[in-house]
Amino acid sequence: MKNYKRLVLFAGHYGSGKTNIAVNVAIDMKRSGYDVAIADLDIVNPYYRTKDSEDELEAAGVPLISSEYANSNVDVPALPQDMYSLVDNKERYFVIDIGGDDRGALALGRYTPFILEENNYEMLLVINQYRPLTRDLQSTLEVMREMEAAGGIPFTGIVNNSNLGRDTTPEDVIASDAYAREIAAATGLCLRMTTVKEDIAEEVARVIPNVMPLHLQNKRLWNN
Amino acid sequence: MADKVLMKGNEAIAEAAIMAGCNFYFGYPITPQTEVAAYMAKRMPKIGGTFLQAESEVAAINMCIGVASTGKRVMTSSSSPGVSLKAEGISYMAGCDLPALIVNVQRGGPGLGGIQPSQSDYFQAVKGGGHGDYHLFVVAPASVQEMVSLTAHAFNVAEKYRVPAMLLADGTLGQMMEPVVLDNITVEEHDKSWALTGTKMEREHNVINSLSMLPEELEQWNIDRFKRYEAMEEQEPMWEEYEMEDAEVCVVAFGISSRVSKNAIMAARAKGLKVGMIRPITLWPFPKKVLRAAADKVKAFVTVEMNMGQMFEDVELATRCLKPVLKCNRTGGCIPTPEHVLSVIEDAFNVGGEQ
Repeated sequence: MKNYKRLVLFAGHYGSGKTNIAVNVAIDMKRSGYDVAIADLDIVNPYYRTKDSEDELEAAGVPLISSEYANSNVDVPALPQDMYSLVDNKERYFVIDIGGDDRGALALGRYTPFILEENNYEMLLVINQYRPLTRDLQSTLEVMREMEAAGGIPFTGIVNNSNLGRDTTPEDVIASDAYAREIAAATGLCLRMTTVKEDIAEEVARVIPNVMPLHLQNKRLWNN
Repeated sequence: MADKVLMKGNEAIAEAAIMAGCNFYFGYPITPQTEVAAYMAKRMPKIGGTFLQAESEVAAINMCIGVASTGKRVMTSSSSPGVSLKAEGISYMAGCDLPALIVNVQRGGPGLGGIQPSQSDYFQAVKGGGHGDYHLFVVAPASVQEMVSLTAHAFNVAEKYRVPAMLLADGTLGQMMEPVVLDNITVEEHDKSWALTGTKMEREHNVINSLSMLPEELEQWNIDRFKRYEAMEEQEPMWEEYEMEDAEVCVVAFGISSRVSKNAIMAARAKGLKVGMIRPITLWPFPKKVLRAAADKVKAFVTVEMNMGQMFEDVELATRCLKPVLKCNRTGGCIPTPEHVLSVIEDAFNVGGEQ
């Protein structure tokens, strides 16, 4: 995925994989020479947040704008003041990780008028066919429309992130391509890319175009 | 479509409950279990069931009493502080002999505590929580797949013995995503002749009630209820044994702590230390017999828990203090690391060797 707009927004159903993709895309942009920061607009998810990748982002030179309460014991849906830099600082590119579903997209509304006015963004719908509430066209469109209504920004493209976590096989991803294309056709949106965990990305890329390998964030203390 | 789906633990509980025939859910949001309610809100209207966000946890548990009285399967869910609020209703439910499922996706405590994961409601789950002489059937899943199977199992056992059941998870299990297969669900049919379904003028009225006017009568109710608890202690304990054949030290851990412990045991085995684990799957009834038998074979036990040492007491009781029991604890929302568990396992070999 190249030729980025200034603001690259990722939204999708709970657990569709937005955060992982946002972190990977931000690091990829930085390596391609963009002056880019990542903004964590997720105010609904208590665990497994962008902040988990703080060290990796810092090592890559990607600043992280995140709630000061992220990963703490405090349950306050607050956004920091410097979140405004994403609409104020037009010299810089931003990758924006939006919280899941319409509840998550609601937090975007504060910035929507500025984003629409500047009109230099892409709003990407992250989909995963293996999530129980977005298994087919109809249910995925339902979630998509709820998010558009809550956030006020129409989607411009689709990212197929269909996966079963660590158990994902290349066949699982390849089988989901038809689902992704069906959604693209029904919405008129382009299928921007298919994101695949890095160890099977090469195999998938032999069959599907525009594959982006993902380095997975895994802070788990067990592997059984 | 693939047979597997990728689910958060909280979603898995909700979907499994629906598949187990639970068409009624009453709840109130609290981190880190809100996805149970969110999932139910989306799914229940589509299957003709009832999702209702109550005005409080107290209201939700009392709505459950109402539905359970009619013999229908019903569930509520919350996290630690919210479960404390439900405690009165849970006691009433036990006193009324009503089956239902209460889910606790634990967070740090006491008090408002914090939103990170914890296992510090063990005492609350297995030793009361509400007032009076009663037990819940308490299951402790250790994976998202097990959240599916144990949710269904808890409904079945609750109906079999007419007791409320509790699924005791923690924030990590509720929030983490794992692939699951949703087809291992059996709905058992149990006698519901006690339920309030209308007499149709064909039978005497059924009464669901926990109040007794006579002390002797109330005592008899308690004695009768404890006969059912006795049967449960005989028939319902569940546990998993891991690498116990030649084990000299036995780790005891439930839920997410058992996943961390397995990694520590693998690391200990790589160092030549003979360690195994008994993982209680039911916390009440507690798998006492297998622990008592292990006490004759091992040098020491290590309890790994995200609390200050609660199940630890039940391990000492079950093993009659025959062998030392060492604690490995984290609290406040912190999870023990495999390295931490390994270091206590190594201590256990030293302590056990001195005996």
